[in-house]
Amino acid sequence: MSASLASLVAPGVVLAILAMALATYLCRISGHFMMHLIPLTPPLRRALAALPGSIVAATVIPIIERLGLAAGLAVGAALLAMLVRRNEVLALVAGLAVAIAARASGL
Amino acid sequence: MISEIDRPIVTRAGLLEGARLSAPLLPGVVVFAITFGAAAAGRGLSLFEAALMSALVYAGMAQMVALEAWPQVWSWGVIGSLAVLTAVVNSRMVLQGASLHPWLRSHGHGFNAAHLFFLTDANWLVGSRYHAGGGRDLGVLIGVGLTMWVLWLAFTLPGYLLGAMVSDPRRFALDLVMPVFFAAMLVPLWRGRRAAVPWAVAGAVALLVSKLLPGHLFIIAGALTGMLTAALLPDDAAPEQAP
Repeated sequence: MSASLASLVAPGVVLAILAMALATYLCRISGHFMMHLIPLTPPLRRALAALPGSIVAATVIPIIERLGLAAGLAVGAALLAMLVRRNEVLALVAGLAVAIAARASGL
Repeated sequence: MISEIDRPIVTRAGLLEGARLSAPLLPGVVVFAITFGAAAAGRGLSLFEAALMSALVYAGMAQMVALEAWPQVWSWGVIGSLAVLTAVVNSRMVLQGASLHPWLRSHGHGFNAAHLFFLTDANWLVGSRYHAGGGRDLGVLIGVGLTMWVLWLAFTLPGYLLGAMVSDPRRFALDLVMPVFFAAMLVPLWRGRRAAVPWAVAGAVALLVSKLLPGHLFIIAGALTGMLTAALLPDDAAPEQAP
């Protein structure tokens, strides 16, 4: 690694990104290459189907608890916008607008 | 139906068809990539690091969760736990890859190992529909994957520049981009109240663990208990694989 590159990136960050990339690649290829090793039972299918929503809940709920009322209102506004319009951009804008307003008013 | 081994077909027309079939998914990936870029800037990653992550990891949800768990001080333990977190978030790809096995098995191992780098929710979904409809050209699967990869990487950059322009991320609520965007994803994932029981368990366990343990183990703990709950639920509550 040249000196200029070393000043541009932190080694720890690059190692972490490479570790994440390797973990992801192993997930990508293991299903096909270890097909015979993985019994795709109905409970396993249910577990994997529940995963995305579980990740969202497990990430977002502790964040709301930590960041307070403004975060809770922002998430609520985004959910409402998404329910009404099914538009990710609108949901993001609504959520952030509510958070900015809540924080500006001291919540 | 007699199971017949597919002949290996990959054509340029298939690749182009894959790019064409990506069109309806374009707004979603663009918004997600911009959101990730802005969140990465807010977390203090350099533009190069954000782009490197999008290019090599190429998994939006895992990248967002990793940013949430992004540490200030690096150690082997921290790097290892980020890798485990990423593997947990991406474990759905194992099932997706396995479901493609009948289509891929007539192709060479090296070729499959190469194009599976581009396996993602989008090309798995489009590719599975195409294959179920009788299509056999693997170029379609690869075409969608490549298109999504290019868009994902390309739109990480303007997102990053947008996020980096904001001097006080908290005032403009940029620290809330991740939770707000994630929470909105629950709406299209919704498959009824019973299918949401694992989500509620995941959230409750994560909240409890976040109070008891330092670091970001709570995400892994919550996600795994959510999966366990779904596995233990009676069969009629089984949600279909989300797109």
